[in-house]
Amino acid sequence: MKTHVYNFLKYKDLFLELIRKDINLKYKNSYLGVLWSLLNPLLMMIVLTIIFSEVFQNKIENFPVYVLTGRMLYSFFSESTNFAMNSIINNSQLIRKVYVPKYFFPLSRVCSSFITSLISLIPIILVMLLTGVHFSFYNFLIIIPLFLLLIIAMGAGMILSTIFVFFRDMGHLYSVILMILMYMTPIFYPASIIPDRYHWLIELNPLYPLLKIFRDVLMYGQMFEWSELLIAAAYAVIYFLVGIYVFYKKQDRFIFHI
Amino acid sequence: MNVIEVNNVSMKYRLATEKVDSIKQYLIKKAKRELHYEDFYALNEISFSVAKGEVFGIIGLNGAGKSTLLKIISGILKPTTGSIKVSGKIAPLIELGAGFNGDLSGIENIYLNGLILGYSKKMIKSKIEEIVEFSELGKFIHTPIKNYSSGMKARLGFSIATIVQPEILIVDEVLSVGDIKFKEKSEKKILSMMEQGATILFVSHSLGQIEKLCERVVWLEGGRVRKIGHTKEIIEEYKKITLNN
Repeated sequence: MKTHVYNFLKYKDLFLELIRKDINLKYKNSYLGVLWSLLNPLLMMIVLTIIFSEVFQNKIENFPVYVLTGRMLYSFFSESTNFAMNSIINNSQLIRKVYVPKYFFPLSRVCSSFITSLISLIPIILVMLLTGVHFSFYNFLIIIPLFLLLIIAMGAGMILSTIFVFFRDMGHLYSVILMILMYMTPIFYPASIIPDRYHWLIELNPLYPLLKIFRDVLMYGQMFEWSELLIAAAYAVIYFLVGIYVFYKKQDRFIFHI
Repeated sequence: MNVIEVNNVSMKYRLATEKVDSIKQYLIKKAKRELHYEDFYALNEISFSVAKGEVFGIIGLNGAGKSTLLKIISGILKPTTGSIKVSGKIAPLIELGAGFNGDLSGIENIYLNGLILGYSKKMIKSKIEEIVEFSELGKFIHTPIKNYSSGMKARLGFSIATIVQPEILIVDEVLSVGDIKFKEKSEKKILSMMEQGATILFVSHSLGQIEKLCERVVWLEGGRVRKIGHTKEIIEEYKKITLNN
């Protein structure tokens, strides 16, 4: 354990540099650069709002903010875990040639996605202002669901990147899983329309309790339910520990498969 | 004092008779019990030690296990059995410029590559001018590295890897970096590191270079230590046997 901490401290600059590199490369060679991280959610919000409020006539109050919050958590999760899954393979050149702590690759990818995702808080706040949502002290509590989501994404990223090294099929399978996850997350429909008998199924989705907490504190300006937090925290601990365990057990064999 | 101790190191690879890399294939093969593996020892019970300040050569034909051994010593591979003890900072000149990113500029890559080699950011910042100067890249240092020639990349890689005086230097045929001028310069740099007391592990097919530089040599054959000892005797025998076959 002590050697791991020492090792991390020795390479911590590298970890930060990997994150910076990801972010730099993301906006390199595009004219609008970071602006895309603001525009993208807004454009998506406009499309979804037109479709769901006008065409399908749903009854969700303040639909634009509802969609933006749901989209933010989901797209962070899907983007970061997808990148993390590919990270070991993408850096195979490096892993074969020099010693670098291998968990840096999935974790730095998750962290860089996290930072760019935080940018989409700006359009959310903007739209909240425009639609006259009352701001409150509870808003600051968004740190809690965001942090838990980061931990879950790290755990999932480590698990996925490990599996992907041994079975490239995981890439195809995961895109299906992500789609299922999207429909299991109340991004553009109200959670109340889910029939009670399927509720246990929805609770399997780690994004579900997190999104509920996130909307409670940000959109509705109220305290979250402690039971939801407990479930979300349990997910975070489980995903993270399983991720570390799987990755640690298998990492020495990566080099034979990349 | 020994800075590198290699104790009974073996490296076993499991060679699948067929490549299985999809879940479907794996499950079908597993169910049919068709998963066969063959054991292959790239290294078998290797033991030796290198003293501080020594220049130690590794010779052997292709496939003798030289590269695997270097990778194990530099920590990229973990041996199947046995143990390695290395005390001191290693500068592996095995793969120059590992981790260069084509889309980033030379300067940005100096940081990235330096950090990969385990330097701190502060250290790189203080040495950056020296690196740029040694690499002779001049104004190209701000161009994305994908536009570099392979010689330019190698020069930059060499300049980064040798910027600090390491305790242990692993050299794998890199003295042939760049053009004649840079080759001379890089040889000089390695010699100066030697004079300053770095321990050097040297792998080369050029027996002339080995004879010139190394005090002791280990001769690997088929993953085993064939002989270990003073350069002169071993090179002589090595030449006799490999040339006769």
